[in-house]
Amino acid sequence: MAEPMKIRATLKNNMAEIRVLVAHPMETGQRKDATGAIVPTHFIHSMTVHLNETLVYDGQWSQAISRNPVFALRIKGAKIGDKVVVHWMDNKNDKRNDEITLQA
Amino acid sequence: MNLFRRQFLRLTSVVGALGVTGLSALELVLQAPSALAAVWNKPGFESKVVEEVMKSLGATNAQPSAEIHINAPDIAENGAVVPIEVTSRINNTQSIALIAEKNPFPLAAQVELLNGAEPYFYVRIKMGQTSRIQVLVKADGKFYTAHKEIKITIGGCG
Amino acid sequence: MLISLFFRCRLLNKQKQAGFLAMVLMLFLSLASGLAQSLETPQDGLAIGRQLLAEDNPGDLWTERGKRLFHSNRGPKNKSLETCDLGLGPGITKGAFAQLPRYFNDTKSVQDLESRLLTCMVEIQGFARAELISRRFGTLDQDSDIEALVAFIGSDSNNLPMNIGLSHPLERVMYETGKILFYRRSGPLDFACMTCHGETGKRVRLQDLPNMTKKEEIQQAVTTGWPAYRGTHSTVRTMQHRLSDCNWQMRLPDLNYASDLSVAITTFLNYSANGGLIKLPGVRR
Repeated sequence: MAEPMKIRATLKNNMAEIRVLVAHPMETGQRKDATGAIVPTHFIHSMTVHLNETLVYDGQWSQAISRNPVFALRIKGAKIGDKVVVHWMDNKNDKRNDEITLQA
Repeated sequence: MNLFRRQFLRLTSVVGALGVTGLSALELVLQAPSALAAVWNKPGFESKVVEEVMKSLGATNAQPSAEIHINAPDIAENGAVVPIEVTSRINNTQSIALIAEKNPFPLAAQVELLNGAEPYFYVRIKMGQTSRIQVLVKADGKFYTAHKEIKITIGGCG
Repeated sequence: MLISLFFRCRLLNKQKQAGFLAMVLMLFLSLASGLAQSLETPQDGLAIGRQLLAEDNPGDLWTERGKRLFHSNRGPKNKSLETCDLGLGPGITKGAFAQLPRYFNDTKSVQDLESRLLTCMVEIQGFARAELISRRFGTLDQDSDIEALVAFIGSDSNNLPMNIGLSHPLERVMYETGKILFYRRSGPLDFACMTCHGETGKRVRLQDLPNMTKKEEIQQAVTTGWPAYRGTHSTVRTMQHRLSDCNWQMRLPDLNYASDLSVAITTFLNYSANGGLIKLPGVRR
């Protein structure tokens, strides 16, 4: 269901910068649709990033994060070939996993 | 990556941290359920009052710090997409939380940075109106704070 | 409303404003220059935000979705768009945008990317034209497939120069028509495109407007412009959307989607931007 994330990574001097684009409506529960009905909250509440098997980013989010979320993190000690796994789960238990391998 | 594994990873990092303080394995097992339950800070995220958000984080005694750098616009052209970049220079920064004080629900995000993640945070948030944003950094168990006023030309909560 | 629109792109020209006030009341000259100064400062306060927002473009998600849509079997005929000829041969998307609008023999008309997509989606996939048009612009409740396809095809000309040929007589006619539409003032506000886009330094609210009579500015506007991720709309908007919005701002009669008039303006603009390197989708407020 959920669309793939777009993950960009740059690696410089063992420092990885990870930038992630996520397709998600992040509904606040305050918006009305075309028929005038309130659109219920629908947002990612958990965003985690693992470097290989290790949890490096454990994010708790609210509906205040923008629609189609964008976030970034930096990881020290990362190297070529390391796997970065990004995972989210929303309040409707929809979820998505995407990963990339760090390159020079 | 299933939830159990994530919790297991969280537990192992708890084990690592507590191991230093010399707690027994039994105490760890007893503490584990509550540690696992804190997956989403429901009281904090559902609170409409900044003071209660601070309480939910255990950050009521946060000290102002010049070592927290907030990179964000003075004026946001679109309240639906306000970029906020935070860099902490405080040693042993463990987590960063972001509060948009005048949002209907002020707590926007709280992020633990572990195992080599730099004390750096970047996200785009919605802001309903011109407001102060407050950043809370937890380092060595203590809280530090910094803030910045952001003017909003078009609100982003609709 | 009329006054506010007048203010929007006329009086916000700083020099003109100061000059105007000076003529009317010398006493307020110092006040006027103070005002002109304060009008400059917002740009500095905006700079950090614009820089941060340019770094990551959610429009890339539309590009990816458009690519999947292009290659998957869809519509009543359950066909992909891999036989769609965007001007360079069936299914060829690379470089297609750089040469659009252009004349197509099968439809005997000059088409921009969006009108050509309509043709392909109707002829090849069997979609109803009216239904496609009713869903041309995405909303927060429903994404538009056309916006995603345009993001994909537009970005597949990245790093190529805009290169409109005007080799067919009808392309030349469209160019000349677009030029007239760009310069000729009309409607209740007596506006033309060039009223806002004919001078450097004008803006609508906080948005700088490109001076499209200057080569570098129109190149920049066209080749990094539309399709673009539009922050306040949370979706990718297309050139057709931009034109219809400009048209509305000028209070002109509605510009029909994919109409000859809209293609004419795009032909004029894109040809004027020839040589500019394409970098799409763009990012806008």
